[in-house]
Order: sequence, then structure tokens, then C-alpha cells
Amino acid sequence: MATAAVSTERKNYLNAEYGIRSWLLTTDHKRIALLYLLSITFFFFVGGFFALLIRLELLTPAGDLMTADMYNKAFTMHGQIMVFFFLIPSIPAVLGNFLIPMMIGAKDLAFPRINLLSWYIYIAAGALYLYCLATGGVDTGWTFYTPYSSLFSNTHVVEAGLSIFIVGFSSILTGLNFVVTVHRMRAPGMTWSRLPLFVWSHYATSIIMLLGTPVIAITLLLVVLERTLNLGIFDPSRGGDPVLFQHLFWFYSHPAVYIMILPSMAVISEIVPCFSRKRVFGYTFVAASSIAIAAIGFLVWAHHMFVAGISLYSALVFSFLSFLVAVPSAVKVFNWTATMYKGSISFSTPMLYAFGFIGLFTIGGLTGLFLATLGVDVHVHDTYFVIAHFHYVMVGGAVMGYLGGMHFWWPKISGRMYPEGWGRLAAMIVFIGFNLTFFPQFVVGYLGMPRRYWQYPPEFQVYNVLSTAGASILAVGYLLPMVYLLWSLRYGKPAPDNPWQATGLEWKTPSPPPTFNFEETPVVTWEAYEYETMPLPDEVTLER
Amino acid sequence: MSDRAGTGTTPLAVEHEDRPELRHHFADVVQQRNAASLGMWWFLGTEIMFFGGMFCGYLVYRRAYFPEFAAGSKSLSLIAGTVNTAVLICSSLTVALAVRASQLGKRKLLVNLLLATMFFGVCFLGIKGYEWHDEYVHHHVPTFYFNAHDLVTDNPNLHLDPQRTKIFYSLYFALTGVHALHMIVGLGIFSVITFMAWRGRFSPEYHTPIEIAGLYWHFVDIVWIYLFPLLYLIDRRPGA
Repeated sequence: MATAAVSTERKNYLNAEYGIRSWLLTTDHKRIALLYLLSITFFFFVGGFFALLIRLELLTPAGDLMTADMYNKAFTMHGQIMVFFFLIPSIPAVLGNFLIPMMIGAKDLAFPRINLLSWYIYIAAGALYLYCLATGGVDTGWTFYTPYSSLFSNTHVVEAGLSIFIVGFSSILTGLNFVVTVHRMRAPGMTWSRLPLFVWSHYATSIIMLLGTPVIAITLLLVVLERTLNLGIFDPSRGGDPVLFQHLFWFYSHPAVYIMILPSMAVISEIVPCFSRKRVFGYTFVAASSIAIAAIGFLVWAHHMFVAGISLYSALVFSFLSFLVAVPSAVKVFNWTATMYKGSISFSTPMLYAFGFIGLFTIGGLTGLFLATLGVDVHVHDTYFVIAHFHYVMVGGAVMGYLGGMHFWWPKISGRMYPEGWGRLAAMIVFIGFNLTFFPQFVVGYLGMPRRYWQYPPEFQVYNVLSTAGASILAVGYLLPMVYLLWSLRYGKPAPDNPWQATGLEWKTPSPPPTFNFEETPVVTWEAYEYETMPLPDEVTLER
Repeated sequence: MSDRAGTGTTPLAVEHEDRPELRHHFADVVQQRNAASLGMWWFLGTEIMFFGGMFCGYLVYRRAYFPEFAAGSKSLSLIAGTVNTAVLICSSLTVALAVRASQLGKRKLLVNLLLATMFFGVCFLGIKGYEWHDEYVHHHVPTFYFNAHDLVTDNPNLHLDPQRTKIFYSLYFALTGVHALHMIVGLGIFSVITFMAWRGRFSPEYHTPIEIAGLYWHFVDIVWIYLFPLLYLIDRRPGA
């Protein structure tokens, strides 16, 4: 093992070059991942600020903190920022960017310059969105439903629409890079059946990004053209059909949910075998279920429109298909559970997030089935039940996976260990805060509280107070990792190459890795997740 | 891990010094070309989905408002559309010949064929611009003083709704406008590769940029091959 003195001198991707130019003009996938990390963290806190405003307003039944118009803008910008500027790029553009080349034994993604371009596109779109925000914001709801967005709203719909149009290309280019990299850049011996499940899941995500994102791009472009050039494609007064907008919007935006959750599943598929010291149960099924989610996920979009006047027969078909997409998701949950069965489980921070993910995603997924049921959906449509459902999937699922992954690979990314005690504490706080925030919303939604209102009847107040209290706990849980991860950059223990004794090629590189990842191209002769051959890690204590 | 101390100063990988066009992270030229080609094919897949959104809208409204679509279609210039189709097919031919010329290493022929392609591209945009101007003069552009009452009076027995003809023109301008934007991007790409070809950057061993730029150009042509019948030829029966 190299001594501390040598490892500080060793050239890695962080100290290979210095200066702002070496970052802004880098084509190194690891540096671009860090650029993304900084930018999405910024937007996470902007989006979180709006969440805080919403929760504060809902603390009391009266509309006292904000006007109705301002509240409309707050939830719109919370949604748009969190979905398009945080969740969709979160795991793919940070962890995927950093890890996919290393996991398949490549020196970089297939198109390093396009990778950098995608970050600049993201930044340009983000700047435009911030301009929109600074000049007064947008109030259409994150869904941009016509004809309100195209004809009636007096807010900055054009800027917001264009900015999300632009950020879509960042997502498309990332997906393109991943697909080509997985196809063309694998090291000798890294066959499809030996790929880590992280890569499989990101491959499925990339396909959704490639085939879905262009559709929302053209849809939002048409809305922008309708506002600016007075085209009339979605304008009912000229015979245009607003429901067509909803079809086109959800054709992307439902699969977008899988863009958010599949990468988290990717992370969980790495964490669970590692901290159970067992080969993942049913590798082929977990890999195939990612592809199945991507494929079936494209066929369920109209379940968002059961009350929008679509025909009963198509609603029946979409209801059935929505039930069907739960099958591959359930396959994953069962396989992770089976992986843990009789494993040597340790309750390290990443594993705590994985436990949180599995539980919360299961609740989020099962309540999705309530909503896929035609009769129940009519009752709870547009209530807080829906809000709670998709926050269980997108926050309880996607963000838990993101945080778990950040902790799991933090030693590799930064070369430092984070403080384990603080990590576990933060994971517990996030879990408790999350449930306190969103579980009451299931109840209040079922009782009939509609979404997107800034006032509500006083009998709902107790649930909203619980929710706001939970949100402040959740905020602490999110701020804590920010603090101690930054702290660890300077004061953390230097990380060994493979602190968790995990399988996977990324752990065979030094921490942090050198610019070109591998000194020589690795030749793979083993299957993924051969934990029976790995020694037990020093860094984690086993607690059966 | 003991050998790590020795690698502190020397870079772990360098660009392939003997092959300046081969980027450092590829093992060989074949891998690089395959990656670029697959990347372009997938990108064209995303383009199909991009245009697909508009084609979907077209399908829905054409079925709902067929008389208005047929009347709007008949107001477009059949001659200009046909000539433009021919121009684009010629440009696809010159692109295909240019790829062949680059494979054979004929630099001068390659540059001339690329210039010819760009010439056809500019011709297409010129004719398209003329058509748009014509429609502007007839108040058929949805943005500017739209008025389609001439269609209603030309087809008295169809009882057209002038508002619905606006949907046809909205889709027409959205589709042809986005297509023209793709042509302009294509001209930009071709300017760059023509310059590179003129500088002698391509050889029979390395001509990937020409191939993938050619794929893009063919794709934009194919979109027009669909747009032409869908927009110009909806119902051209005499007396219809």
C-alpha cells in the first residue's frame, strides 16, 4: 500500500492540472461529472428554497404568506427546477458520467467533447431559467398545460419553455454518449452479461433519454411558437386540441420518471450486494427488468389523463399497461431483498440509504397502482395523494439513491472518507424527515385536499403542520451531507483504493483515479459481483 | 499497488502520436469510426422522435379537418415543391459520391462534390424562402395578418372554417421551418468539412466526418421526402 506521502504526490484527475481553464475546458469525464455535481447542487437548493416557501404557506389554512399568483409560481418553479435541472441530470450526469467509463474499463466516454458540450448546454439553459426566475417566473405548473400556457398566462412561459427545450439537448447528448460508450468502449472480456447492473440501468435510462426527450423538445417548442408566432396547434378556439398537448407532454414526461428512478435503481444494485457480501440475486432478471421498464414505460403515458376526456377503452388499456410496468420494478425489489437474505449485512451509510430506497420506493410504487386503477384515480386525481405518491418515488426513491451513491463512491471521487457516524445520522434524519413530510399528504389527499391551492379548509391543518415540520427536518438531513462531505475534502481520512472491498473495475483504480483511469486496459475474466472471492472490508463493521 | 509510486510523474496515457486523428481513448481507428457512426445513427433516431411529435399532430388534425387541409395543400406551389424535391435528391447524390470520393482519396473531386451539395442546399433554401414570401403576400402566415378567406371563397361547396385552415398553416410552417433549420445546420457542418477536405485532412483511412455528416444530410433529405407528399399532395385530384 502506498504511503500517505506518496499518495499526495501521485498524479490523479484532481491534481493533474490546476486553474479555472483546466476545469472549464476539460474533456475528462470525471471532471465533467464534478462540474455537473456543482451545478445540480446549486439548482437543488434553488428548488428546495421554493419547496420551503410552499411548505411555509401551507402551515396555516389561510393564504397569508404569499398571494395566489406567487404561490402558483412557487410550485411551478419548484417542480421545473427539481425535475429538469436536478433529478434528470442528477445520477446520470454525475455518478454515471464518473463511473460508466471506469466500470467498463474505458479511458473515457466515447465522445468527451460532446460530454463537455452537454454541460455547457445545461449551464446555458440554467442561466436562461434563472433569468426567467429573476424577471418574474412562470406560473403554468411544471406541466405547461395548454391553453393556459399558450394563451392566458401572463408570466414568462417562453423563457421557461425555451430553457427546458435547451436543457433537453444536454440530456440527449448524455444519453447518446452513454449508449455509444456501452456499445463500443467495453474492455476486452467485458461482455454484456458481465456488465455491472449500474451500467445496464444507465443503458436503459439513456434509451429513454434518446427517444423521449426529443418529443418534449418539439412539444415545448410548439407552445413557444404558439405564444410568440401565434401558431394555433393547441388552441381550442381554432379547432386545436389541448389534449394532444397532454399526450405529447406525457409521452416524454412519464418515461422521464423512469429517467429519474432507473439510475437510482442502478446505485442500489451496486450497494446492496456490496454491503450484503453476496452476489446479486438473479443478475439476468435485474438487468432485463431495466430494459423492460424502459420499454413498457413508453406505453403508459395516458394514465395521467384518465379524467381529461380520453375514451374509456384507451383508458382501460393504459390502466392495464400501467399495472404491467410495476412487474419489472417489483422484480428488482424482490431481487434486492433476496440478495440480502442470509447475507453478511452491515449498516453502513450507503446501505442505510439503500434500505430507505427499497422501503420508500415500494410505497411509492404501490400507491402508483392505486392511481393506475381507473375508479380510484377519479377519486384521488389532482389531490395530495398524487403529490405524496410521486414524491415517494422521486424523493424517497431517486434522491435517496443519489445520496446513497454519493456516499458509496465519495472515497473514489474525492480520495477521502466521509465521517461514518455523521453519515448514518444524516441518513436517519433524511428518512424520518421524508416520511413525516410526505406520509400525511397521502392521508390529506385521500380526504380530498386538492393540489396547487394556497388555501385549504382548517380541518386539514394538522396534516399540513406535520408535513411542514417534516420538511424542516428533511432540510437538515440534506444540509448535513453538504457540510460533512465538504469537511471531509480537507479533514477526511485518505481513502484506500477499495474501502468497501467492492467488486467492479472502478475500485481497481487508485482513489482518486488518474486522468486516464487505467494504466493499461484491463482484461475481464470474471463475472460481476463475485463477492465470495473478496476479503471483508476494514472500513465497515459487520453487525448481523 | 506498489508500482503506483513510480507513475507519479509520467502521464499514464498519451494521444496516439503516430495517428493525430485517433483520439486517445480509442484503441484503434475502427473502434473510433464505429463509435462515431453509431452515435450518428442514434442521433438520427432522436431526430425521428423530434419530427415525430409534429407528424403526430399532423396526423390527428388531418384526419379531423380534412377539407381544410386539402384546401390549404392546394394553395401551396406544386412546382416549387417538386423542384425542391428534385434539388434535394440531387444533393443526396452528390453527398453519396463525395463519400465515395473520400474513400478513394480524391481530394479535388471531394471538395467539388461537397461544394455542389452546399450549392443544392442553398438553392433549396432559396426556393423555400420564395415560397414563404409568396404565402406572406397572400396572408397565409399565421403570425402576420392571417387571412384565409380566399380559400373559403375558392372552395364554396366545402364550407371551410377559416380558423381550422390556420392549423394547417401552423403545422406547415412549423414542419418546413424546423426542416429548414436542419438544412441551415447541415450547411454549417458541410462548410466545416469542406474546409477540412480542402486542407487535405481526409484520407482513405480516415474520412469518418464525411460519412457521418453525409448520414445527417441524407436524413434531412428523407424528412423532406415525407414532407412533400404530406403537405403538397394531400388532395390534388382535378376538380376535387
